[in-house]
Amino acid sequence: MYGRNWSFRITWFRILMIIFVLIAAAAALYRFVYGLGAITNLSDEWPWGLWIGFDLLCGIALAGGGFSTALVVHVLHKDKYLPIARAALLTSLLGYIIAMVSLFLDIGRWFNFWRPFFYWGFHSVLFEVFWCISIYTTIQVLEFGDIFFEKVKFPALKKILGYLMTPLLILGIILPSLHQSSLGSLYIVAIDKLYPLWWSMLIPFFFVWSAFFLGPAMVTVEGTLAARAYGRDPELPVFQSLTKMTMWMMIIYFIVKMIDLNYRGVFGMAFNGSYESNMFLIEMIVFILLPIFMYAIPSIRTKLWGVVTASLLVVVGVVFNRMNVVFTGMAKSVGGSYFPSIWEFLITIGMWSALALAYLFIVENFSILPKEEHTHSTHTNYGTGFQA
Amino acid sequence: MSKGVLVDVTRCIDCKSCMVACKVWNDLPSRKTEFSNDLDAGSLNSDTYTVVNNSISENGDEVIWRFVKRQCMHCLEPACESACFTHSFVKTKEGAVIYKPTVLDQDYCVGCRYCMIACPFDIPAFQWEKAFPYVEKCTFCYDRTQQGLQTACAQACPTGTLQFGEREELLAEAWQRINNNPKYIKHVYGEKEYGGTSWLYISDVPFAQLGFKTEVFNRPVTEKAIPSLTWQVLKWTPFIFVGWGALLTAMRAYTKRRATVHNEEELYGPVDPKE
Ligand code: SF4
Ligand code: SF4
Ligand code: SF4
Repeated sequence: MYGRNWSFRITWFRILMIIFVLIAAAAALYRFVYGLGAITNLSDEWPWGLWIGFDLLCGIALAGGGFSTALVVHVLHKDKYLPIARAALLTSLLGYIIAMVSLFLDIGRWFNFWRPFFYWGFHSVLFEVFWCISIYTTIQVLEFGDIFFEKVKFPALKKILGYLMTPLLILGIILPSLHQSSLGSLYIVAIDKLYPLWWSMLIPFFFVWSAFFLGPAMVTVEGTLAARAYGRDPELPVFQSLTKMTMWMMIIYFIVKMIDLNYRGVFGMAFNGSYESNMFLIEMIVFILLPIFMYAIPSIRTKLWGVVTASLLVVVGVVFNRMNVVFTGMAKSVGGSYFPSIWEFLITIGMWSALALAYLFIVENFSILPKEEHTHSTHTNYGTGFQA
Repeated sequence: MSKGVLVDVTRCIDCKSCMVACKVWNDLPSRKTEFSNDLDAGSLNSDTYTVVNNSISENGDEVIWRFVKRQCMHCLEPACESACFTHSFVKTKEGAVIYKPTVLDQDYCVGCRYCMIACPFDIPAFQWEKAFPYVEKCTFCYDRTQQGLQTACAQACPTGTLQFGEREELLAEAWQRINNNPKYIKHVYGEKEYGGTSWLYISDVPFAQLGFKTEVFNRPVTEKAIPSLTWQVLKWTPFIFVGWGALLTAMRAYTKRRATVHNEEELYGPVDPKE
């Protein structure tokens, strides 16, 4: 521990990311002044694009690590997962902030953003999403406050937060469970627009369930990245013991999906050779079945490369699923075409760079990652070539 | 009483008077169009609440031309209303589905465009080019019907294609025309689709051939109102909130007894990047 000094090492890679953030900030400013049409390729056919599909839906899904870890560590008290608890909380918080920022960027009349707090369209799924996300982000900030005040000493506040922690933790699991599922329910209205391989009355279940099993995979991937970046030992035993839960949850996901397709009589559509069916098959085979098998086979699961590859597949798979819902599944019925403009991409890149920078700054200044037993683990079996 | 409009496709001559009347009454700017071979009027947009498009099909040697006016259907249970989380769309008791920011000057809309995703007919249009855009669509001439006038488009229609009146009466009338004249297809489009709409269509050419949404993904369009589907899921929210919350609290309390206390400040530390 080195007291209250703040430090942030500057590397070329970080400078590059800072440049991305600055470009995105300038583009965002332009968008606020001149409107969405000026920099995006959105249209009446494609009212939602990259920012909603990727930054919002995927940002929130990737943040799923926060609530699944909170459930395991703080509700089930499985202490062996403590080493990853804070890192998961941090990523989750940053993911939600990205989602809020991209939502704010995306709404046309942004100065009205606070209206849903006062004009209740409670029959709207978006209403639930909006409330849950806002409150949950606040809760995560408070949870993080507990860590913040370890460094910035402010005993009175820390004590108050300490008392609040239990209700906050419980709320911090209920709210994300609710809105992860309602992000899926958003698409129930698209009954005759979204391709039947994805549209289902069960879509809320699929969304919340996948966000949940995504959690451990995400923790594994980012834990490995952080370990590489800082030349530390990855928490391999923790990653491994997480795989069992993920595997079973994915098996259940797959079974429910099959039952659902059969029940609605659209199972055959998965094999009709259309673009949608192919994307669906890729989603199921490469991103669901393959990781299940990798997790099931001990000789793969116990290796670092094995567990990381499988987890990466899970993470990419959930993103792929969200993309299929937002883009692939809607394409046929809405017509027209959409490909994000360069500015939409640049803003997205800028936001994720900001996330990476914030993560680096926070883990270097606050107690997020577990203390290393022997600080000089000079030998890490995967090299230290990558310097974040 | 709930108003409606009956559109008899067999009577339309493609004069586009309704389009002009709509632009004039609602004070909408014109947009530059391009000539194309099919004389189509293009698609709806934020300056165009209604278009009349051509539909050409063949029946043996005979070429069949029909002209179909398109605008918001004013659903009886509108998906757009249920989707909006600021309640900026409302179904009025007169039948019109109106957008409060522009019709009533109640500016709550945040411009999230979920209404556009929700509408099964892809009607709402967004003012993409504006810095602070509104959503735009046919207002059912709410300002006129409030005063006992008929809609501008119905008033302008020279052939009686558009007939304004009580929805119930129009529906009866539609079936009467269908039953008295074998040329009509035995279907009133809008009677049941998505829970029914205030605008009703009858035609002598199958609706699918005219470009109406009758089938999607090889099944007929749903006759359930979309808001009812969402509500089936949404209504569980409070129960999940309470039930899941109780379960979590109980589990936490139960496992806590066995858990050891950790000093978290001992467990974690900042990373030293200089290593
Ligand atoms: S047609 Fe679309 S915009 Fe019009 S009332 Fe129905 S859902 Fe709303
Ligand atoms: S764009 Fe406006 S009217 Fe449409 S759903 Fe969003 S807040 Fe409601
Ligand atoms: S009812 Fe009024 S707003 Fe709607 S299409 Fe007719 S003239 Fe236009």
